[in-house]
Amino acid sequence: MMEFRPILSAMLRNKTGAILIALQIAITLAIVCNAVFVIQQRVAAMTRPTGLDVRDTFAVTMRGYTQDYRPAHAIRADLDALRAMPGVANAASMFHIPLSGGGWSSGFATSPDPKAPTVDMGVFHTDTHGLDTLGVKLVAGRNFTNDEVIHTTRDTYTWPSVVILTRAAADKLFPKGKALGKAVYVGKQSMTVIGIVKHMQGSWVHWSGLNRNAIVPAVFLEPRAGFLVRAEPGQRDHVMKAVENKLQGLHVGNYVQRMRSMERFRSDSYVGDHAMTVILMVVTGMILAITAFGIVGLASFSVNQRRKQIGTRRALGARRRDIVRYFLLENWIITTVGVLIGSALAVALNLWLVTTYELNPIAWYYIPIGVVGLWALGLAAVLGPALRAARISPALATRTV
Amino acid sequence: MFSYNLRLALRSMRRTPILSALMIGAIGIGIGVSTTTLTVYHLRSGNPIPQKSGQLYAVQLDNWSPNEPYGGTSDHLPTQVTYRDATNLMRLGKAKRQNASYITSMTVIPHNRNQKPFHVISRVTYNDFFPMFDVPFQYGGPWGDADNSSRAQVVVLSHELNEKLFGGANSVGKDVRLDGNRFRIVGVLKHWEPTPHFYDLENDSFGDSEDAYIPFDLTVPLKLQSAGNNSCWGNGSDHSFEGHLESECVWIQFWAELPTASARARYHQFLGNYVRDQKKAGRFPRPVKTSLRNVMQWIAYNGVVGNDTRSLVGLSFMFLLVCVLNTIGLILAKFMRRSGEIGLRRALGASRHALFRQYLVESAVIGVSGGAVGLLLGWAGLFGVRSLLGGNAARIAHLDWTMIGISLLLAIAASVAAGLYPAWRVVRIPPAAYLKTQ
Repeated sequence: MMEFRPILSAMLRNKTGAILIALQIAITLAIVCNAVFVIQQRVAAMTRPTGLDVRDTFAVTMRGYTQDYRPAHAIRADLDALRAMPGVANAASMFHIPLSGGGWSSGFATSPDPKAPTVDMGVFHTDTHGLDTLGVKLVAGRNFTNDEVIHTTRDTYTWPSVVILTRAAADKLFPKGKALGKAVYVGKQSMTVIGIVKHMQGSWVHWSGLNRNAIVPAVFLEPRAGFLVRAEPGQRDHVMKAVENKLQGLHVGNYVQRMRSMERFRSDSYVGDHAMTVILMVVTGMILAITAFGIVGLASFSVNQRRKQIGTRRALGARRRDIVRYFLLENWIITTVGVLIGSALAVALNLWLVTTYELNPIAWYYIPIGVVGLWALGLAAVLGPALRAARISPALATRTV
Repeated sequence: MFSYNLRLALRSMRRTPILSALMIGAIGIGIGVSTTTLTVYHLRSGNPIPQKSGQLYAVQLDNWSPNEPYGGTSDHLPTQVTYRDATNLMRLGKAKRQNASYITSMTVIPHNRNQKPFHVISRVTYNDFFPMFDVPFQYGGPWGDADNSSRAQVVVLSHELNEKLFGGANSVGKDVRLDGNRFRIVGVLKHWEPTPHFYDLENDSFGDSEDAYIPFDLTVPLKLQSAGNNSCWGNGSDHSFEGHLESECVWIQFWAELPTASARARYHQFLGNYVRDQKKAGRFPRPVKTSLRNVMQWIAYNGVVGNDTRSLVGLSFMFLLVCVLNTIGLILAKFMRRSGEIGLRRALGASRHALFRQYLVESAVIGVSGGAVGLLLGWAGLFGVRSLLGGNAARIAHLDWTMIGISLLLAIAASVAAGLYPAWRVVRIPPAAYLKTQ
């Protein structure tokens, strides 16, 4: 540490370069900490467990169009055909599809009193095949029976008598537990909770109530009919093609409006988050590269400027190691000033993002990790020019230029 | 003099190719990143109807529950209106023009038996929609006021649907079957793609326009249902069609055309009175609250630009700042290396001004080259954004002349700013100091 003083006084005589590098490092730290934090948050959201068999399932939307279209008959025929197809593990009537961005939500209460607080949750209308097709896990109670499934239209809809809740939904409605067997209410109509599903994400991936869902036994007899199909593992794409041909050829007065895999629904729901992650990763990589090259450039310049001084020091007995250490230490001092300013800047930038753009506040440990990272980057960048400086011959001191 | 300075600049850059490449690269990457984010911002926040965006107002009324305010917006006003309010406000007709509309799902059954039936989105609307939003027609025109009230089954096709059904020929007067009902075609639109889709921001703001337009008064006879967003409070148990029309569910987009400030003030007054009248009938349990937002206010209010886009613009300017600091350092290093030469020229009589100009020209050359590199990178960046977002992303990620100009100006400004300090610093070197050491 004995070189500390001379390095400092040399730096103070030529401040501009050092200030420029320190400022660059400060802003880089602020950007990188916040970018990595946002990336990490988005990746965490995208990789949350869904509770669903996302890989093997796909949705089919059928639409009736003939004057004599009979939804009950068509839905029966389509489902029978689907379940009999090779490669299809199971198929269910399902009016809205999880992760799709389209859905139904209602306020549930534990009492019929209109003033009772309600909990908003996603509602999925399906039949007895629903749970198995979705791939969700029943942890308490039982599945629906065929008698419990109501066939209805949107016009005449009334809630069925039973409901299966996700654990998150049950816990929110009944904080003390024991939801099974209890009554829940939508308006004045009551339903008995007959089952609890461990986990299942709902329709809107950015909604805070994503994990609160109610599964109810109902099939809608409407021109639009929705099915969810689960293929045998690994056969989804091939089964999707076969299903489209099969349903098109049944001639029950409907046509295939849309087929989409749950995987596609999920990636469409996260398209903005995915884009943000990739953009931030590219920006982070580029800004680190630019800062590193800036350090290399300025260090090379300062080595060139001090060739004679370095030669003199070498002639006076400084070892190569001492020269390298000089430049490393000089850079370390500059980087440290930079990261000190940068830490404050990172917090300020985060505050601005939190207040203006509703981002989350940064976790504290991103900043020390960033500081260590930039120290390493600075030292790595200056190492090349420092080693070149160490190769300067002591004989240089004796020459005039 | 300028061309001489230019020659000197080019020669100086050739002498230090790596340093020059670093500087151009730094400015280029900074400009590339800013161009990409700024373009996305610029296109997302663009004015879809500049000629009258200040005269078109989205109408909002607070018909929400006495127990809790509407939760979807910052000021707790629903973004759509109920069927009752939509039809009442249309009947009262106090604005120059007003329009209520919503989307519905329909099936087109082509006459050609070889063509399969397919799904379209139709907008159920009054005929004032077309003149209000300056919708361009290729053939025919909107249906008349008589068709509104006589419940005639008439339709206006989009350019794209007319291409698909009639190969782009003039189809006015022909029939098209929608959901088993025959509709007479009265008009065909030119390609129309307002970006963003300002008059209905409930669904995809950058999605396609509708495929077909049919009269609002067909809602009841054809029992049309909204395919868009429905938000409800109270009375949730009645799901019948008639019950839905009578309910406090909001699902209709309502716009008013108010050409002057006084018309706007009068309409605002009228809305207040309307709500007070409805209160007498037992509706509107919350305090009287209404709002009129013009197109750009409406786009901002609905958060169309998105927080991600806006924070990326801020981040990219910080990025550009790092690039500029970087370039200042490199230019300074480069100029200082030539202190000897500068000292000599000053001693031989060159003025500070002349030298300053020379070094600024050199910085500007770096800026223009960096700008060109930046435009290429920005173009590549937008290509990347398009492939990341997929779908209709081309609408919010393509370079236009405004953005090319802005990027080049930004590049030159950035590099001249980067060159100012080094040039100022270097010409202040006392010539004697450098001549001595030689």
